[in-house]
Amino acid sequence: MNVETLFALCACALVGIGLYGLIVQPHPLRKLVAFNIMGSGVFVLFGALAKRGAAAGMAADPVPQALLITAIVVAFAATAVTVAVLLRLIESTATASLANEPPSGE
Amino acid sequence: MTTLLSLVVALLLLWLALWTVVARDAFVAVAGFVVYGLLLSLVWVRLAGIDVALTEAAIGGGLTGALLLGAVGRLRGTEAAAAAERSGAGTRAFAALLSLGVTMVLALCVLALPEPAPTLAPQAADNLPATGVGNPITGVLLAFRALDTLLEAIVLVIALLAVWSLAPDRFWGGRPGPRYAADPDGVLSYLARVLPPIGIVVGLYLFWAGADHPGGKFQSATILAAMWLLVQMAGLGDAPRIDGRWLRTGIVVGPLAFVAVGLLGAWQAGAFLGFADGWAKPMIVVIELALLPTLVLVLALLLNGAPARNSGKMPAGDGGR
Repeated sequence: MNVETLFALCACALVGIGLYGLIVQPHPLRKLVAFNIMGSGVFVLFGALAKRGAAAGMAADPVPQALLITAIVVAFAATAVTVAVLLRLIESTATASLANEPPSGE
Repeated sequence: MTTLLSLVVALLLLWLALWTVVARDAFVAVAGFVVYGLLLSLVWVRLAGIDVALTEAAIGGGLTGALLLGAVGRLRGTEAAAAAERSGAGTRAFAALLSLGVTMVLALCVLALPEPAPTLAPQAADNLPATGVGNPITGVLLAFRALDTLLEAIVLVIALLAVWSLAPDRFWGGRPGPRYAADPDGVLSYLARVLPPIGIVVGLYLFWAGADHPGGKFQSATILAAMWLLVQMAGLGDAPRIDGRWLRTGIVVGPLAFVAVGLLGAWQAGAFLGFADGWAKPMIVVIELALLPTLVLVLALLLNGAPARNSGKMPAGDGGR
């Protein structure tokens, strides 16, 4: 098996692992970490496709690789916004619960 | 030999991901995620993406890790309550089945990919000389797919606005985060005095080398932002007030210069973000120079978070410095 197929299959498993954590973990921060793992699985899959596109003396297709750099930066920005929302949630309700009924006392 | 190394990296990556997802403690999970980010950079090297590896190590592992570690510290008290909401066995079994199904479908797609793989590498190689840069990734980011990069810069500014807008009204215009105070003779203060000069040189080198070698403005901006954050955390400097005029100018200068270059292209070359013959390299340098302060400021301020204090009751016009 070549490197790109190996990591493409690995990426499929990463998406699955991230999805599991996203559903199972109750704490929003844990969901965020799991979602980031799921996202990184998508990135690795895309990177493996870039590696498959090696041609014209280049070790990989530069177009998907450039889009990956953009994607990583945007993922960081989205994570930062989510963390800020989460911290504000705790500040105003003193809990990080995502349960349906509002926490008592506030 | 190389396949064996890749196999070990892949297995380690899967194990770390699983460990991060099922760990009992949020701090352990985040620590695992930081290591996972570093290991992911190795995967990018194996996949021949040195530029992606640098970005992943700097932003995916470094900045995201720092952000999550900071959040864990402030979320300590809420973990016990969340543990009480732990999903039941039924939910977990359903989630496991669903995840397995998604993985299987994706894996089947991977195994059924067309041969030979579609690629844009020949087109990129043919047109790269016209841009005057030697690194194909930089060529794609700033010439062939410049619109993506412009939108990305705008997304970053919008994300920062979203974070700021979460501030309570009374702190609007104030400074984000706590004022850090570290032992002036401690190792943190020492590092914050010694590292920034080196970090600034490395950051600027990566910025300039990005034209022809792996590197570029994102990796460079992350290092420069990290140096600024280090100075803040050692208490040697404070986070800026978010209503500073210079700060706000620095944040919007990148996207504005990018749009201006795009309009110049519309006039000169007949297409938004098009470059006339011989103008590509100077225009790319202008865009990169304008984007650098924007990226440094936005990355650092995203980590700083929403304004959380007013430094003194300041009358209008007093900068509060």
